[in-house]
Amino acid sequence: MFESLSSRLEGVIKKIRGKGRLTEADVDEVLKEIRTALLEADVNVGVVRAVMGRIREQAIGVALSPVLDPGQQVVKIVNSELTAMLGGETLKITFSSRPPTVVLMAGLQGSGKTTNSAKLARWFKSQGRQPLLVGADLQRPAAVEQLRTLGRQIDVPVFSEPGDPVSTAARGLAEARRLGKDVLIVDTAGRLSIDTEMMEQVRQISQQIEPDYTFLVIDAMTGQDAVGVAEAFHATLAIDGVIMSKLDGDARGGAALSVKEVIGRPIAFASTGEKLTEFEQFHPDRMAGRILGMGDMLTLIEQAEQAFEKEQAEAAAEKLLEGEFTLDDFLEQMQQLKKMGPLGNILGMMPGMPKELKGAQIGDDELKPIEAIIRSMTPMERRKPDIINGSRRTRIAAGSGTSVTQVSQLVKQFSEMQKMMKRMGAMGMGRPGKKGKKASKGKRSGGLLGMPNVPGGLPNLPGMPGLPGAPGAGGFGDGLPSGFPRSK
Amino acid sequence: MEWIYLALIALVLVFGIGVVVVNRRRSTELNQERTSEIVRPPRPAVDPRPQPGATGVLEPDLREPDLREPEVVEPEVVEPEPRLVEPEIVEPQLVEPEVVERPTFRSRMSKARSALTGAFLGIRTRDGITADTWDDLEEALLRADVGVRVTDELLAGLRARVASKEIATPDALLDALRTEMTGRLEGADRVLHLVDGGTGSPNVWLFVGVNGVGKTTTIGKVGALQRGEGRSVLMAAGDTFRAAAAEQLATWAERSGSEFVRGAEGGDPSSVIFDGVERAAARDIDLVLADTAGRLHTKTNLMDELRKVRRVAAKGAGRVTEVLLVIDATTGQNGLTQARQFGEALVTDDTGIGLTGVVLTKLDGSAKGGIVFAIETELGIPVKLVGLGETIGDLVPFDPAQFVDALFAES
Repeated sequence: MFESLSSRLEGVIKKIRGKGRLTEADVDEVLKEIRTALLEADVNVGVVRAVMGRIREQAIGVALSPVLDPGQQVVKIVNSELTAMLGGETLKITFSSRPPTVVLMAGLQGSGKTTNSAKLARWFKSQGRQPLLVGADLQRPAAVEQLRTLGRQIDVPVFSEPGDPVSTAARGLAEARRLGKDVLIVDTAGRLSIDTEMMEQVRQISQQIEPDYTFLVIDAMTGQDAVGVAEAFHATLAIDGVIMSKLDGDARGGAALSVKEVIGRPIAFASTGEKLTEFEQFHPDRMAGRILGMGDMLTLIEQAEQAFEKEQAEAAAEKLLEGEFTLDDFLEQMQQLKKMGPLGNILGMMPGMPKELKGAQIGDDELKPIEAIIRSMTPMERRKPDIINGSRRTRIAAGSGTSVTQVSQLVKQFSEMQKMMKRMGAMGMGRPGKKGKKASKGKRSGGLLGMPNVPGGLPNLPGMPGLPGAPGAGGFGDGLPSGFPRSK
Repeated sequence: MEWIYLALIALVLVFGIGVVVVNRRRSTELNQERTSEIVRPPRPAVDPRPQPGATGVLEPDLREPDLREPEVVEPEVVEPEPRLVEPEIVEPQLVEPEVVERPTFRSRMSKARSALTGAFLGIRTRDGITADTWDDLEEALLRADVGVRVTDELLAGLRARVASKEIATPDALLDALRTEMTGRLEGADRVLHLVDGGTGSPNVWLFVGVNGVGKTTTIGKVGALQRGEGRSVLMAAGDTFRAAAAEQLATWAERSGSEFVRGAEGGDPSSVIFDGVERAAARDIDLVLADTAGRLHTKTNLMDELRKVRRVAAKGAGRVTEVLLVIDATTGQNGLTQARQFGEALVTDDTGIGLTGVVLTKLDGSAKGGIVFAIETELGIPVKLVGLGETIGDLVPFDPAQFVDALFAES
């Protein structure tokens, strides 16, 4: 989602990295590029100006002082300033001591309030709560109908009645109390921030239900106007957080991120897909990491913990280290991985993935041939792919509906990978807590199997303090371990 | 424990994707070789992917089949009759007469303060053109979402003219900018095309765009306006994905006295559009307004689905005379990507054109919609309609001069 911003920044940074001496002109050139990259990501003009001012001041100081590798220093400055701009604390939801905890959803038309109301309800439900949805958008035709349909899908009741949105919301609250629901989510009509009448109406709704949380839903594709809108809503409603919707496209969400800088309220949740499950709590620091090209490992791990079977994963890892990982194990792990959602999303969160893979747009379907090939092998072949000779290949290809070349390609890559795993195992890679050995970053030529990049980054993981902000942690481009050949 | 997961994920990803990429690259190479053998112009850029496993046009698993009722996708041939909602044919004069009163940009924008104030105030009150003048101008353009590239381009031209002393005062500078911008928007074809193909050959206007830009609402308004001009209209609810989208459109159809065709929720949108066109042809209806589900331009499978809708709409008796991209005025720089991607996805062989126009919605808010300036000048897709409010009459033809004025108005 943020690839284009991060890849742009990487390109800029590459220019100055490693330069022995920087002139003011060098710095200015880099800053101009960064500025353009931020503006193209819809970061607010005012915010860009402020950040650029801070970066320039420090960068010029570095450029003029006789430090070693000033390029690297500038990179660090840029990194930490951007992290500061994008980062911040994750909004922690606390529940009201007098239930229900009331949530009010507000925003412009089409920002995704109704869908995100349902997604939020589902999220609360997954936290063991019992939400009630209230449809107080009585303006858009069929909005309540939409909410009811979504409510049925997630098995959450929906309350609404025709008439006045303010009294509907109030009745909804009473209903939640009567039913003993502990969370109430009120969906409201979309409104323009300059429509005084409608803003007054939502203020009244807010007054009636006294929300514990008021969320402003902002489309990730919004441009410069987002900040003004947020200010207006904040002035009327006292916003607690932002829900960023439609983050699954290629929009860079810079506008929504600027909102934090301007109204001082964090992005609380982000919607990353059309499915009702594609909705997660937003961790600004992690997102900063994603934007800066460092991946989002914490989210990835959380998702993995849900998707993978713990024992199986441990067993597989054991085998992996001992070099006994078979195609069967691979197949099994692949099934688990699929549960984590579309591959594209996972790739985006994975640290150190080279651009070629990130941009490859891998559809989940494209892994099917691999699955088919492995399934067409005998158990013996899966354990020892070395025994696959010409006639076996032909049989496997026929059985899986693929070509002989595809089969041998897979076998070849797998055996290369096995070799690599053995080497890694021998080095005792990645025991938790143990620092990874940079030596394992050995550049290999063969194929796309840049596995060595994993040991480089992995062992730092558990309990890594303040991930992206950590000085020297990663950084642009250079932070990406070099195991992957850039092109072939 | 964490590192285990990461290692496994990395393993599967690197290995699995490695295989896919290598295969893909190989077949691209093969294709290229093949192409050059036959001495055809190489066209690797169009679709280098061989699409193993035949990425079907409709990929229901990405659109969450598990949460939807397992409605059976109706094949196109299925008798459509029982599913059709048949509204009473309302007499045209029942359509709200106020429709005739269409606001202009100016009347709507007069709410906002004039261009003389706001961003330009500082510029005009300065003696001469200074570095601050340029900063202010740049900021005004960027704030309006015009985009870095276009802004740089516009300002570079002006700087040259200031340097050559052609422009000397702030007033002249602002006038020059306005003239320049308006000039770039002139001469575009902003007409909504209707071809009279005789009986049984309805025009089809297809509305596309990302989620939440106001496609369904726009169709409702366009339908009402066309009814007001005495044309018979059929609305086809091609958004079978969003819950209750069809109900929303049905409400509009009823209000405007248009016919209405819908399919099963989660069904194939192409078949709904096809049914709509066939029905319009059979009843000699002038215009079919085809709604589609909002989709992000990055979702290949959904773009494929849209391509099919476009194809099917022209398959039978209908002729597609407009393919309109609906864009929300709050949209930032991503709008340009949207226009490019939708345009490329929908391009047809005979015309070479993907999108025939843009509808800019929600311009009555504080957002300026400057991105359409970039869309029109960079991609050549004209803005045809503008949404200035919630009522039917608030959908008006685009006017370049007033749009440019409004870009700089302080809200």
